[in-house]
Amino acid sequence: MSETAAIRVESLRKRYGALWAVDGVSFSVEPGEVFCLLGPNGAGKTTTIECMEGYRRPDEGQIRVLGLDPTTEEAALRHVVGVQLQEASLPPRLKVWEILQLFSVLYERAEVPWSLLERLGLEHKRDAFFDKLSGGQKQRLFVALALINEPRVVFLDEITTGLDPRARQDIWGLIRDIRSNGATVVLSTHFMEEAEALADRVGIMKNGRMVANDTPGELLRSLDAAGQISLRVDGAVDVELLRSVPGVRQVDAELEGYRAYGAGRGWIARFIAAVDAQGADVVDVHTERASLEDVYLAATEEEPTMVGVR
Amino acid sequence: MRKLSALSVAQAKIFVREPAAFFFTLVFPLLLLTMFGLVFGNEPGGPFSATFGYVDYSTPAITVLIIVSIGLMGIPIQTATARENKILRRFRAAPMRPSTYVGATVVVYYVMAVVAMAMTIVVARALFGLRFGGSWVSVWAAFTLIAASFFSIGYMIASVASTARIAQVVGQALFFPMMFLSGAAMPLEIMPPGVRAAAELLPMTHAVKLLQNIWFGVGWGASVLHALVVLGTLVLGLGLSARMFRWE
Repeated sequence: MSETAAIRVESLRKRYGALWAVDGVSFSVEPGEVFCLLGPNGAGKTTTIECMEGYRRPDEGQIRVLGLDPTTEEAALRHVVGVQLQEASLPPRLKVWEILQLFSVLYERAEVPWSLLERLGLEHKRDAFFDKLSGGQKQRLFVALALINEPRVVFLDEITTGLDPRARQDIWGLIRDIRSNGATVVLSTHFMEEAEALADRVGIMKNGRMVANDTPGELLRSLDAAGQISLRVDGAVDVELLRSVPGVRQVDAELEGYRAYGAGRGWIARFIAAVDAQGADVVDVHTERASLEDVYLAATEEEPTMVGVR
Repeated sequence: MRKLSALSVAQAKIFVREPAAFFFTLVFPLLLLTMFGLVFGNEPGGPFSATFGYVDYSTPAITVLIIVSIGLMGIPIQTATARENKILRRFRAAPMRPSTYVGATVVVYYVMAVVAMAMTIVVARALFGLRFGGSWVSVWAAFTLIAASFFSIGYMIASVASTARIAQVVGQALFFPMMFLSGAAMPLEIMPPGVRAAAELLPMTHAVKLLQNIWFGVGWGASVLHALVVLGTLVLGLGLSARMFRWE
């Protein structure tokens, strides 16, 4: 583990009653990285994040965020990190501008960063009471509060859950802005597209453990992820023959052709050549790369199966 | 200090935008005073004293009622609701001591209680010719002691109650019997002896007697027991809430 890491988590364990919600998790996040925690509900993502935020005290293990221990140095931590909680609220009868102003004082800012409202598309809601905001608007206000102190590390726990696609895109743009300003981002999400779009590194959690931790590209390679093609074909083809093409793992007949799954160098060219060699005419080809979703499903499945084969 | 004042301003806005709290603290005491004043008048003599009348007794008693309704209902319900709705959780993410949040709330409720007392006095003077026999510094001191005492009980209730609903039930279960038995709503002097003996066990009764004594100029010397009971309540409330208060 690097000494310069923005976040260092070593052998973290946290128990609720008899259940180890987090059971020996270690990882580090480099400065300026977007680190994305993926995993099913109950995998321990939120508990891990809340330990890093100082909201929960680890039962075992050690955490350093910007060199600070979140348990014993919570006060100092609050100034340098931004926190967006999965479950939080604000006084219903305060207005958006009043909330932003109040938190600017609490974070000891010289002035109120009103530009955040514009960046988050909340400007027209300045005078609205908190309880009159939609779910998406509340979420964006929480993002504004997480960024109000220009934090060096930002924790965003399921930030886009419940947002419409438009709002989600806006938030993604904002996270890219945060990153390009040099801040470190820890993000938990249910959405693969979100991890694919944003993450420099992805940690996949399951049952309180981290089952994978790498760049999206390396995860795809290391899991020997398969791709798939579907062909529209004129003429009859012997499917058994196609299945014997090297690199091909599965072939399914479809209405007007075939869908094939495979991996390894050159398998697509060999597969099309094999169809062609049987005298059938390939009229259309559609290819799909293996996605992070395939990696995720393989990593979180109870029994490991071949990636890409459904 | 900037944080405390910014939070106090926010809490004050929240308070005045909450119609129920506003009514109970600022309007209800005036209604009570006017109603009893119209029924009983404020002539000296009668069952109370040769120099003071019903409204003169009622005004400090209603002041205590204002404080206790904030302490037993306003504070626990507001605090437990903010905790249950995860509002406190969001505030915890900001660099701020928990005591700042509590302090701002106390400041706002204290100011509201002072305003409510002032309004009660103004109305009592204008409508019923309120009499006063003590010193205002002493009244302020007794008022502040009583406020500290019952506000701390409010935080104690908020600390032991797991939900806002429970905080409300506990607060009301303590408030309403005390309101009728302490002499705050109607004078103990007109109650049967059994009720008066039971009333002696309630801290609010002593708060009412303390403020009335100070109001009439009877002084602290004759009110040692009452002041000690109020002080003891403060120690109990502070001790328990400091030990048990939770953000989540």
